[in-house]
Amino acid sequence: MKQLVILSGKGGTGKTSVAAAFAHLADADSLRAVLADADVDAANLELVLSPRVIEEHDFVGGSVAVIDPDLCNNCDTCIQVCRFDAISLSHHVDPIACDGCAACVYQCPTNAIRIEPQIAGRWFRSETRYGPLFHAALRPAQENSGKLVTLVKQQARLRALDENYPLVIVDGPPGIGCPVISAVSGADLALIVTEPTVAGIHDLERALQTTAHFRVPSFVCINKADVYPDGAAQIEAHCREHAIEIVGRIPFDQTVTEAMVNGAPVTAYRADAPASRALRAVWERVCARLENGQ
Amino acid sequence: MKIAIASGKGGTGKTTIATSLALSLANVTPAPLFLDCDVEAPNAHLFLRPTFERRQDVGILIPRVDESKCTYCGKCAEVCQYHAIAVLGKKTLVFAQLCHGCGSCTLVCPERAISEIPDVMGVIESGTARAGITFARGMLNIGEPMAVPVIRQLKKWIAPESNQIVIMDAPPGTSCPVVESVRGADFLLLVTEPTPFGLHDLRLAAQIARELKIPAGVIVNRDGIGDASVDAFCAAERLPILLRVPFDRALAEGIARGQTLVDVRPEYGAWFRQIVAQIANREVVR
Repeated sequence: MKQLVILSGKGGTGKTSVAAAFAHLADADSLRAVLADADVDAANLELVLSPRVIEEHDFVGGSVAVIDPDLCNNCDTCIQVCRFDAISLSHHVDPIACDGCAACVYQCPTNAIRIEPQIAGRWFRSETRYGPLFHAALRPAQENSGKLVTLVKQQARLRALDENYPLVIVDGPPGIGCPVISAVSGADLALIVTEPTVAGIHDLERALQTTAHFRVPSFVCINKADVYPDGAAQIEAHCREHAIEIVGRIPFDQTVTEAMVNGAPVTAYRADAPASRALRAVWERVCARLENGQ
Repeated sequence: MKIAIASGKGGTGKTTIATSLALSLANVTPAPLFLDCDVEAPNAHLFLRPTFERRQDVGILIPRVDESKCTYCGKCAEVCQYHAIAVLGKKTLVFAQLCHGCGSCTLVCPERAISEIPDVMGVIESGTARAGITFARGMLNIGEPMAVPVIRQLKKWIAPESNQIVIMDAPPGTSCPVVESVRGADFLLLVTEPTPFGLHDLRLAAQIARELKIPAGVIVNRDGIGDASVDAFCAAERLPILLRVPFDRALAEGIARGQTLVDVRPEYGAWFRQIVAQIANREVVR
């Protein structure tokens, strides 16, 4: 079983559109794949795969401190020990600022503070027309998105192992921090979707450094490649210099947005659109790399 | 006055709007303070082109155990909520990447065997950018999971002058780094695109504004692509749409090269100044 993770660094370069197209193309090629949406704070894969939810579960994230006003003697110890500025002068805990460290719980001389686990979101096991999908919804303003990503991926992996699926496709989050690290961990291959803009190039370099740091082989696909040809050339030069293969160039194509509005992967919506044809070529090169044991 | 720019979905144009807003206010005295809070993928410097003059490593304090004093009682591991410190036989181990720097272990150690040492997670830098804008950004080091401490220290680093407008460019998403970025803002500009992805994530970002009790307004970027569902959502939620930027290939090409919206279309400057005036006069209310 192979795990492919789709990343970008910069947000909005087209990760989810690529992941949805891959889900469709895998199914069309009779390659069974389990899908995982690892962008748990802005999960969008479900919007194009219209999943039927089979199971859903609470996700217990971090905890928050709760002060019992009847036991509090207003000594301010909790305010002094809190490094997250989460306790007000009137001894109320701001649940959004609280990190759940419990330092105040152990320092409170009157044992007025307890720690309560928080339901930070939900995760789902669903079926889609292209195969099983594991996804989640972190509540806005919650912590521990990395933990939830790990959980979603673990569930997807177990399903793949149990039922002999050869591939897990992980739609990753933007950035390079904790949810990305969780999404990258255990991946066999990372496909980084970039765009030829100064911001896209800058963040591509950081994404490549991150996958290199975790020793995950990576390759790059340039989305909206024709918008800024000089930028595309810069990406090509950077990749050549670092011996990173570019597996495709997807042209700017309004059909991609049209497909999204119609709730379908672009390759399923219009197979002969320029973006669909390019995505088909990218998919075939990705499959070849996965088969070569990369 | 502090204005934060967020979106939920990535790539909707947060940085384009934030940098254009800053440049539109360049003739105001004092020139604005710009904070790039997207420490995982900071991009605003590519458009505002600062010369960095100050630089500081940032991170958290992590425990260091003095083995000569430690009795392996395990109290530190018992209180740590992050499993960042463990006692294994005659060895106390610290896992720096799990530590949140809360200091609880140091406080509970009965032998006073734990001291704290800085653990660097990133760097903050500041300088002067185009049009006299005071610019500061944070950069999370590669492989470091936690963005929040870098954002927190970036926001504390430079005290704005009185009546200086502070513009904070937030990261995408809706979890802790976004909250840390927009906390304390007087107004939240939510940049979206009129597509199902844009709407889905705008809905979450609007919820953050509500939970943090920050007044918010929407900027619809790439107006004309997609569908009308963002408009319907804003009307139902009574979220004011403050500006629409139509999709325009010449603009997309300009941004790709490192230009901002007001570089390509200077006429937007007046709109941004008007939005700031409306926010300042509290004319924008939900």
